[in-house]
Amino acid sequence: MRFSGLRVLKEGLTGNKGWRPHWRDPAPKPEYDLVIIGGGGHGLSTAYYLARDHGLTNVAVLERGYIGGGNIGRNTTIVRANYFLQGNSEFYSHSLKLWEGLEEDLNYNVMHSQRGILNLFHSDGQRDAAARRGNMMLSQGDDAILLGREELRAKVPFLNFDDQRFPLYGALYHPRGGTARHDAVAWGYARGADSRGVDLIQNCEVTGIDVENGRVTGVQTVRGPIRAKKVAMVAAGRSSQVAAMAGMRLPIESHILQAFVTEGLKPVIDHVITFGMGHFYISQSDKGGLVFGGDLDFYASYAARGNLPKVEHVMEAGMALMPMIGKARVLRSWGGIMDMSPDGSPIIDRTHIDGLYVNCGWNYGGFKAVPASGNVFAHLLATDQYHPAATRFRLDRFRTGRGILDEEGTGSQHNLH
Amino acid sequence: MRITCPHCGDRDSREFSYKGHALALERPAPDAGAEAWDDYVHLRENPAGETRDLWHHHFGCGAWLVVTRNTLTHDVLGCELASEARR
Amino acid sequence: MRVQGKGLIDRDRPVSFTFDGVGYSGYQGDTLASALLANEVRLVGRSFKYHRPRGILTAGSEEPNALVTVGRDGRQDPNVRATVQEIYEGMAARSQNRWPSLSFDLMAVNDLAAPFLGAGFYYKTFMWPRSFWEKLYEPVIRRAAGLGALSGQDNSDRYERAFAFCDLLVIGAGPAGLMAALVAGRAGADVILADEDARMGGRLLAETYEIDGKPGAVWAEEALAELRGMENVRLMTRTTVAGAYDQGTYAALERVSHHRADRGAGAPLECFWRIVARRAVLAAGALERPIAFADNDRPGIMTAGAVRAYLNRWGVSPGRAVTVFGNNDDAHRTVRDLLAAGVHVAALIDSRHDATRLDGVRMIRGGQVCGSGGRQGLERITVRHPGGEERIATDCLAMSGGWNPSLHLTCHMNGRPEWRRDIAAFVPVAGMVPGLRAAGACNGAFSTMACLREGAEAASEALNALGIKADQGTLPRAEETPCVLEPLWAVPGRGRAWLDFQNDVTVKDVKQAAVENFRSVEHMKRYTTQGMATDQGKNSNVAALAVLADATGRGIPETGTTTFRPPYSPIAIAALGAGGEGKGFQPERFTTSHAATLSRGAPMIEAGLWYRPSYFPQAGETDWQQSCDREVGYVRNAVGVADVSTLGKIDIQGADAARLLDFVYTNMFSTLKVGRVRYGLMLREDGHVMDDGTTARLGEDHYLMTTTTAAAGQVMAHLEFVTQGLHPEWDVSICSVTEQWAQFAVAGPRARELLNGLLDTPVDPADWPFMSCGAVSVLGGGGRLFRISFSGEEGYEIAVPARYGASLFDLLVRRAEALGGGAYGMEALNVLRIEKGFITHAEIHGRVTAYDIGMGGMVSAKKDCIGKTMAQRPGLEEPGRERLVGLKPIAAEGKLLAGAHLYRQEDAARCEHDQGYVTSVCHSPVLGRMIGLGFLADGPERIGEIVKMVDGLRGVTTYCEVVSPVFYDPEGGRMRG
Repeated sequence: MRFSGLRVLKEGLTGNKGWRPHWRDPAPKPEYDLVIIGGGGHGLSTAYYLARDHGLTNVAVLERGYIGGGNIGRNTTIVRANYFLQGNSEFYSHSLKLWEGLEEDLNYNVMHSQRGILNLFHSDGQRDAAARRGNMMLSQGDDAILLGREELRAKVPFLNFDDQRFPLYGALYHPRGGTARHDAVAWGYARGADSRGVDLIQNCEVTGIDVENGRVTGVQTVRGPIRAKKVAMVAAGRSSQVAAMAGMRLPIESHILQAFVTEGLKPVIDHVITFGMGHFYISQSDKGGLVFGGDLDFYASYAARGNLPKVEHVMEAGMALMPMIGKARVLRSWGGIMDMSPDGSPIIDRTHIDGLYVNCGWNYGGFKAVPASGNVFAHLLATDQYHPAATRFRLDRFRTGRGILDEEGTGSQHNLH
Repeated sequence: MRITCPHCGDRDSREFSYKGHALALERPAPDAGAEAWDDYVHLRENPAGETRDLWHHHFGCGAWLVVTRNTLTHDVLGCELASEARR
Repeated sequence: MRVQGKGLIDRDRPVSFTFDGVGYSGYQGDTLASALLANEVRLVGRSFKYHRPRGILTAGSEEPNALVTVGRDGRQDPNVRATVQEIYEGMAARSQNRWPSLSFDLMAVNDLAAPFLGAGFYYKTFMWPRSFWEKLYEPVIRRAAGLGALSGQDNSDRYERAFAFCDLLVIGAGPAGLMAALVAGRAGADVILADEDARMGGRLLAETYEIDGKPGAVWAEEALAELRGMENVRLMTRTTVAGAYDQGTYAALERVSHHRADRGAGAPLECFWRIVARRAVLAAGALERPIAFADNDRPGIMTAGAVRAYLNRWGVSPGRAVTVFGNNDDAHRTVRDLLAAGVHVAALIDSRHDATRLDGVRMIRGGQVCGSGGRQGLERITVRHPGGEERIATDCLAMSGGWNPSLHLTCHMNGRPEWRRDIAAFVPVAGMVPGLRAAGACNGAFSTMACLREGAEAASEALNALGIKADQGTLPRAEETPCVLEPLWAVPGRGRAWLDFQNDVTVKDVKQAAVENFRSVEHMKRYTTQGMATDQGKNSNVAALAVLADATGRGIPETGTTTFRPPYSPIAIAALGAGGEGKGFQPERFTTSHAATLSRGAPMIEAGLWYRPSYFPQAGETDWQQSCDREVGYVRNAVGVADVSTLGKIDIQGADAARLLDFVYTNMFSTLKVGRVRYGLMLREDGHVMDDGTTARLGEDHYLMTTTTAAAGQVMAHLEFVTQGLHPEWDVSICSVTEQWAQFAVAGPRARELLNGLLDTPVDPADWPFMSCGAVSVLGGGGRLFRISFSGEEGYEIAVPARYGASLFDLLVRRAEALGGGAYGMEALNVLRIEKGFITHAEIHGRVTAYDIGMGGMVSAKKDCIGKTMAQRPGLEEPGRERLVGLKPIAAEGKLLAGAHLYRQEDAARCEHDQGYVTSVCHSPVLGRMIGLGFLADGPERIGEIVKMVDGLRGVTTYCEVVSPVFYDPEGGRMRG
């Protein structure tokens, strides 16, 4: 069923009786060409592009719970392409381009809103780092504008320009950055993959990965064994447990990232704004809630919930930066489980087991990567070649030291990225 | 979260900073080989359940601690000084 | 209307307030909601999506409809629950989310378009043309959405945060909570009893039950009087325990001054509490659930419990001809209370065919309300019953679909509650939050007697666990009526039956979600937005999932619930982040020369948490560059003085001190002679540079390490890790002495001359060669002198105990001025170091190796050190890496910019041609042009090559020569003197 304004109108006039399931609920078949473990954003987009670009539709996505139930359903929805290291830069640029055509492509309104991102800086050193980043973005063909203090004030006069602990020097403005409706991204990809014949199988936890003579042969699930020629692990938040089923250890430590939303408010923040002196980023959803977050809780955890010190720290940063949000009430807080890698960048690669592939380590940047992650991973799965936009997300880069992608410059301690 | 520092007693986690798994205490010999070093610096068991990790009582006594913890429930099951944990 | 002889309000103290500019009067003790109802104001808000007229639904913090804005400007408080906000003299409340007025809201046109705006409609449209989303659709949607408005001005109220500790935290002061607090208090335990209400007592204030033969409210007041008399019990009213966290930590918000016209002189508006409790009893009660039927959202329709609360506690009847609709015996109380108060009850509609009869009222058994009518307020309902359908005139319908235990806190650690069929509700399972036990209605025990009993038991159990002896004593006597109920979630029929009032989610929406295969409860919630309003589904969750269960052919337990997350009720950012505003966000660190520096007019810049002078302006100078050039001249030509105390200083002592340094630095320190200083480079274990600095050997077993300002804390923690975690067997002690010593750089050709006037023994160059150190006597006091240089000139750093810092700085600067020099700031310091090619964290930014910065040779082959093995990974040493170089524009006026990228001359400034980037630049007075440091692929092998610097952001392209990073005095003769 094709979605459009006309269809909404027609259904509205006829009692909304014609709507159909967005996706089927098929029973798992005994064998697929390819099984994707994980029905989150990355798994679903991988399935979609496998079908769209490579004609691979004898594919199953196995999801332990409900599709889109992982980090794609619990993030701060920011979409951007503002990385400064080669390897990252071209990948996120590729992703942003996919975002820009996503709604037509999926025939699903994911509410991608290019409202612009302002990365604030607070010292000469931070300005220099922002300039390095912005120049990389420009050289990538993306957009970046370096704003001085007064240009920034003209855009966002409500920031604390007067007595902030760390004064505002300016911002790196990324006009094409913005937000999207996170759940809709999962659903749009799910619907697109399903309509092309991919089986989305919910409530189907994988309990084992079958390997024979160094080659993957299928998976064990709570709904029985499923044979597969290729298996793709795309289970951020549980990457280490899934990999362990194949006897692998990953360079991943799992950490909690909390996020927050306030009660609905009339429009007051038009951009995405990030603080430079404390981890704090904020935007306002179309529903009116302020959506914001900060840094990790810092200790390894799978609890999908955080603790008060980080809650308070994030709020302090908010009050430092924009005291006009003080009266907004936090409605809900939640935590996602982040795959933290030793350099803060993801891994999209083969493994030492034939036919077994891994996509993990998204740290807390996974949402914006969803289109490109699926797109390049599908390319790797289908062709066994790295996609040109993702040649450096290799699993062995830590061992060899080649192409480490440490944007934060904090080194191999997982929780510092 | 609260941690009982062997020196200072029951304290809020905001006094502590975190390093990662306690395997950081098991530094390989310089000639242990690339795999051993990759294991030490990068690879992690990353258990969903009980783990032992390193915390630093940064805003307290400065002690490095090995905390036995459950990563699913946040239960704190034990805490000892890193200097004694290795012996 | 106000009912005589009822209520706990103070009728001797009338209070005037306004709502949407109209003046009203209520009494002390009224909430805005009770006062509006007393004044027969029923329309109080508009719904989120369709802007439907809405009235007061509840009498508590779960209210989804009656949200108003109080105050203006920096005190403007949106989305205030009228059911919680107490009125005070002069209070001005305004309705919100309507235009132009509450009774005439043009946005209500949305309601006419409702057939097109059902669940998830926006995912299916607004896609064409692409650019219209940001330009048209989204702005329109954004403007229509949202509830109240922030003023846009800085918050001007004061908020606070505080810690509290106790043996037992009791959450909720109804019968269960009061009983728990009494038992624990009498046993001598440290108790905190917190209740979100302004007045403790919970449902006892809203009902007409008796306890020990006394009205419940009287018993509650006596219990509170006893508790107030106990020093070990702290009563916290207006305090919502909002979150359960690990190891007995609870978040609570105290609304300190919202109810006061003067906002409490000196008192904060709110205080956010972190309560650490060894044990906790949750006695949060239960919330009544509405029943979904067509047009069940008309103002005048509210929960039956709310009707009783308004009647019994506030002496208000929300209607003159009330009808009651329920599926349980509890609803019958409403009729009894209203009749007893002399209020006309038009009918009692009980959906159960076999419901117990109630005298004195027209009772319709087996009936269901299936519609309502009235303009902007209830005028009639339609009832379907075995005899047919009829209309009944009524201005208030009290509905009861049963009660949901307020178990939210028990779910904050991901615990899943279980379904209890007999009460058709979820109840907590023991152990969902360690150390917390639910008691009373929140545990599914609905009778007063059961509440008292469970409260006492929970307290005893908690105290036993803590080793405190508790005596439950004799429990008071109270009613023990069983809960008799037959589930009724939604009345079948046409029309829109509302589940989530604020977010405008209907039964039909939930069913449509199921049809579209959003069958998981999480999918349904996210697709329909049910449960995402400000009440977080408190009024709608269970009914919505019952409808979903029905639509998907599953039972409620299999359908499951969504997860309750903190906070229980919303908390202002200003409260959670209290103290973060202005300078409060991070501590401020000041050097001993801070005051003197300010008095010299120096603009200060942040260096980590420290403040350091940017430059010291002088009369006649019009920009910083002039000051900077002059200060550079001081150091190059005479003598300059700079406070360098912010650098980390770590005192290292012990027989194994040298071993430690050999292990953490790439180079050798065990071979350093006493009285000498050496530059050291420190790696992270992953082989990248962590920090650098000089370390002095003050004695055989005594070193003093300096770190950069930025990395002082990190290095200290690192040394503590190495000494405790990796080598606890070493005999070495470390201590940060950064704050204990004030240290000043004295640099320039006349530095020695300056010092000789201060030191009791003049500096003999033979005794004080470059990189020497030792104790000195400064005007009779002890100090340390280091002959080191970050400027390339003959330089010293003199350190004295911090208490002498201010006076020494003053002395040094005055003497320098007498010698033709003076103080210099960070700008000059930066120029001096760039001219010498000395690196800072602009260069050692965490991604570079020793090899990259030209210090590969400093990694000693003779020993192991932290980071050495990993630095030898092939990728960290091979050709193609970007390495440190100096950059000099070909043209004298050529401009360099830090953050610009480097390309080959012939290449376009495209990512794939990227060759490196610029890290530090300055105008060099010595060279008379800009110079820079940067990283260039294979840079050191390209000295002499011309590269292109491009800064697209600022539109600058400069051709530069690749040169050695040392621009000035490359042989170092001036430094060595």
